[in-house]
Amino acid sequence: MADVRDALMVGRTSDGKLVRRPLSPHLQIYKPQIVTVTSVVHRATGMALAAGTVLMVWWLAAAAASDAAYATATWFIGSWIGMLMLVGWTAALWYHFCNGIRHLAWDFGYGFELPTAHASGWAVVAGTVVLTVLTWILVFVAR
Amino acid sequence: MADSKTPQVVIMRSMLGRARGLGAAKSGTQHWKSQRVTAIALIPLSLWFVVSIFGLIGAPRAAVAAWAAGPVTATLLLATIVALFQHMYLGVQVVIEDYVHAERPRVAWLLAAKGATALLALAAVVAVLKLAFTG
Repeated sequence: MADVRDALMVGRTSDGKLVRRPLSPHLQIYKPQIVTVTSVVHRATGMALAAGTVLMVWWLAAAAASDAAYATATWFIGSWIGMLMLVGWTAALWYHFCNGIRHLAWDFGYGFELPTAHASGWAVVAGTVVLTVLTWILVFVAR
Repeated sequence: MADSKTPQVVIMRSMLGRARGLGAAKSGTQHWKSQRVTAIALIPLSLWFVVSIFGLIGAPRAAVAAWAAGPVTATLLLATIVALFQHMYLGVQVVIEDYVHAERPRVAWLLAAKGATALLALAAVVAVLKLAFTG
């Protein structure tokens, strides 16, 4: 046993022989369920939002730099690829926002019952769609 | 003595040593708590930020500068930046720790993520302070 953490992986078969415990099956073995999919997407949207901060800092730094720098930044944001990134960013933001509140509720001990956890998962999906669509309606109204 | 059917596992570490070392995670609940505290802070801050942006769509740079230069706005922007990048690093750190198994690449990725996060956060802070003090 090279690593003390291996101690936790030692198990015993029914005839008493010491064995390494098998690892649980990985993602691709299980049927996707709303609770697992929302968990994976929470992490994925978190990473997408982290990448999106580059665009946000660029916009802020350009506003602090000069009219020309700000024009370049807003030109990019207004281009089709910039808009595509922004649509993805708002959807990721609202998903992470809604599901983050769901996680906080769990942290406070609420909503663990399976029907509740399933319902809250679908509520997050619905909330994301509604908030994202609402955001873009407001964007085009404000413009 | 334990009977021969019990797995023989020798952990050469005292209870006190384990408590002091805070176990394998090495930092107790600090990471978990910090992630939750910043998450709670980001609920109102991210809503405020997105709503504020609606008023700035298509606005010239001077309008954005005037908006950011207000003391309340500058304070909230800095609060958002601090909470956001702290929360972001905690999340990125966990993802790296989960998926990069070999020690050296993992440490390299963690350092790179920390450096990138710190630079982004500082750039955002400098931008807000410049707008707040010089317009």
